[in-house]
Amino acid sequence: MKSLEELKAIREQMKKQLDVRDQSDNNIRVAVGMATCGIAAGAKPVLTAFLQEVDRRNLRGISVTQTGCIGVCRLEPIVEVYVPGQEKVTYVKVQPEMVPTIVTEHLVNRQVVTKFTIGAAEREEEKA
Amino acid sequence: MKLIRTHVMVCCGTGCTSSESPKIADAFETELKRAELQDEVKVVRTGCFGLCAAGPIVMIFPDGACYSRVTAADVPEIVREHLVKGRIVDRLLHLEGDEGSTATSLSDTQFYKHQTRIALRNCGVIDPESIDEYIGADGYLALGNIIENHTDPQAIVDAIKTSGLRGRGGAGFSTGMKWQFTKDAQSPDGVKYVCCNADEGDPGAFMDRSVLEGDPFSILEAMTIAAYAVGGTQGYIYVRAEYPIAVKRLQTAIGQAREYGLLGEHILGSDFSFDIELRLGAGAFVCGEETALMTSIEGHRGEPRPRPPFPAVKGLWQRPTLLNNVETYANITWILNHGADQYAAIGTEGSKGTKVFALGGKIVNTGLVEIPMGTTLRTIVEDIGGGVPHGKKFKAAQTGGPSGGCIPAELIDTPIDYDSLTAIGSMMGSGGLIVMDEDNCMVDIAKFFLSFIVDESCGKCTPCRIGTKRLYDLLCKITDGNGTLEDIDTIEELCYHLKESSLCALGQSAPNPVLSTLKYFREEYIAHVVEKRCPAGVCKNLVSYHIIPDKCKGCTLCAKNCPADAITGAIRAPHTIDPNKCIKCGVCLSNCRFDAIAKI
Repeated sequence: MKSLEELKAIREQMKKQLDVRDQSDNNIRVAVGMATCGIAAGAKPVLTAFLQEVDRRNLRGISVTQTGCIGVCRLEPIVEVYVPGQEKVTYVKVQPEMVPTIVTEHLVNRQVVTKFTIGAAEREEEKA
Repeated sequence: MKLIRTHVMVCCGTGCTSSESPKIADAFETELKRAELQDEVKVVRTGCFGLCAAGPIVMIFPDGACYSRVTAADVPEIVREHLVKGRIVDRLLHLEGDEGSTATSLSDTQFYKHQTRIALRNCGVIDPESIDEYIGADGYLALGNIIENHTDPQAIVDAIKTSGLRGRGGAGFSTGMKWQFTKDAQSPDGVKYVCCNADEGDPGAFMDRSVLEGDPFSILEAMTIAAYAVGGTQGYIYVRAEYPIAVKRLQTAIGQAREYGLLGEHILGSDFSFDIELRLGAGAFVCGEETALMTSIEGHRGEPRPRPPFPAVKGLWQRPTLLNNVETYANITWILNHGADQYAAIGTEGSKGTKVFALGGKIVNTGLVEIPMGTTLRTIVEDIGGGVPHGKKFKAAQTGGPSGGCIPAELIDTPIDYDSLTAIGSMMGSGGLIVMDEDNCMVDIAKFFLSFIVDESCGKCTPCRIGTKRLYDLLCKITDGNGTLEDIDTIEELCYHLKESSLCALGQSAPNPVLSTLKYFREEYIAHVVEKRCPAGVCKNLVSYHIIPDKCKGCTLCAKNCPADAITGAIRAPHTIDPNKCIKCGVCLSNCRFDAIAKI
């Protein structure tokens, strides 16, 4: 290594990896339901889609993790998004192609994608 | 493509390695492959979290779950439940203290809440065998900035002075002044040395070991900065051969740093060159003394020499030499990255920053802690340490190992800093903190530390070679029950002479454990001499075992277990102990179900 620039390049690249270990409360947390029901409904590709999207857009301060069953198995795959200082948002029946929208609208622009939330799904069910 | 979402941190420090943590890390890798998670979950072998008594420790991020006393057999369950399904395995979560409360996040625990981790900032956080992870944790930023900006060496020395950092090896000399003296010293041929004292030898102390194992690059970077500041050309780390993991990680670190051009010729493409070599100590305690350490690096028998000349003027091979302790170096890059003023804002008037302690003895949370200077002993023992186990009473704490002294229970609110500890007859020392309860005999403790010194005295000067042995004999006389009150006076006089006339700090400080126990626990010495009684029931010659006839049911259990056949009696009738046959092993006492055996 011949300069501070090279050093800083490694630093930036590694910082992204070490973010996983950051325990400060400022991180946005995306939790994908990965109990038996979630996996059966296709949660795994959703989890992968979130990881790919966050990586592709070079976003920092977002941790993508798995979580257990929250009890509404019929609405799986379920994804919960925790933005610090805001109420938890629950997205249901999430498919990989919905992920880029959630990342752009919610994680970056902080606008909840209402049509994908549990509230919207329940209203749909009531109508039907 | 690998998209890592979870890191499994397995402690691979000496403590957890001794309970087979490397096997746990291997098991994780096998199980993750089986669950097809090897591209999503990364296993990191890291340094010490400090919770050594609860090891092996496994932390899982980003959840922050801390599992303790993990075995390889637990791994499939953790992978299946936690890593696949996101369900934390409650039964393995770290239990804190005796209350049985569980905290999912380590930073919430009493153990961590009172700590400020500066020297230990990367321990348990990064992989100590990866220079990339160190760089990711702001490593080599301080050195990079210095070289890029051609920082004036004097400005670095001034920053260290402003920070108020004092030597963490125990003596507490100003680090900035030491750097200044070495910088100002003239070398006949321009050669100056920068050395690191990693010959940690106090019984029960493992602070330096944990830093070397958990964050070796921080020491290399700090030594390189020191060399830049004082004009050093070659570095040596003198490390104990008994620390194999630390030695291996240092070697790996030196290799990686050289490969990256951060050590060796033309560091970061500049004109500045500096390299570091390891020197392994053969386990002599005296080699922790600076002049003996340098004599040993030169290839001679490790013996001290008189000072002055001080190492800063004439050290290794008669050249100016900067010698600092591991923990001192561990603070350097933090000071330069965060600012000397911010460091000086932590701690007390005379003692700035933090201090790492190795907590041991009669304490619940045996392990490694880092506290801001000025924290009271009570906070360390009761809050961080979780108190004395089995409901026993705290009696005293020994700081500074065989060179330090004890702090009695009545002084538990003493703030821990250099000056307060010296004022009460103890010393900061390198950071061993041994907690004692009511079952410890203070005369016996003094005898233990002295026996260590007798073994470790190099024998070069007479006061230490003969004086410590005579002192030890006098203490044996007292614990054997043959002491007189005059012996106590002789001990005090001998201590004075040892302090005044020994060649190096080993002999000069050897009487400290004796003097401080005499100061605070004189009545225990008197009880041994006058009443021929050991109040704590430790000194074998002064205790005797008796059976209380009213309580004895004649179950014969004690008689069956007695290795000396000293107990006789008929079934269902009170037994008796023959004092002439009794070897005072205490087996009868621990086996009796009716509390019928008394130790007097």
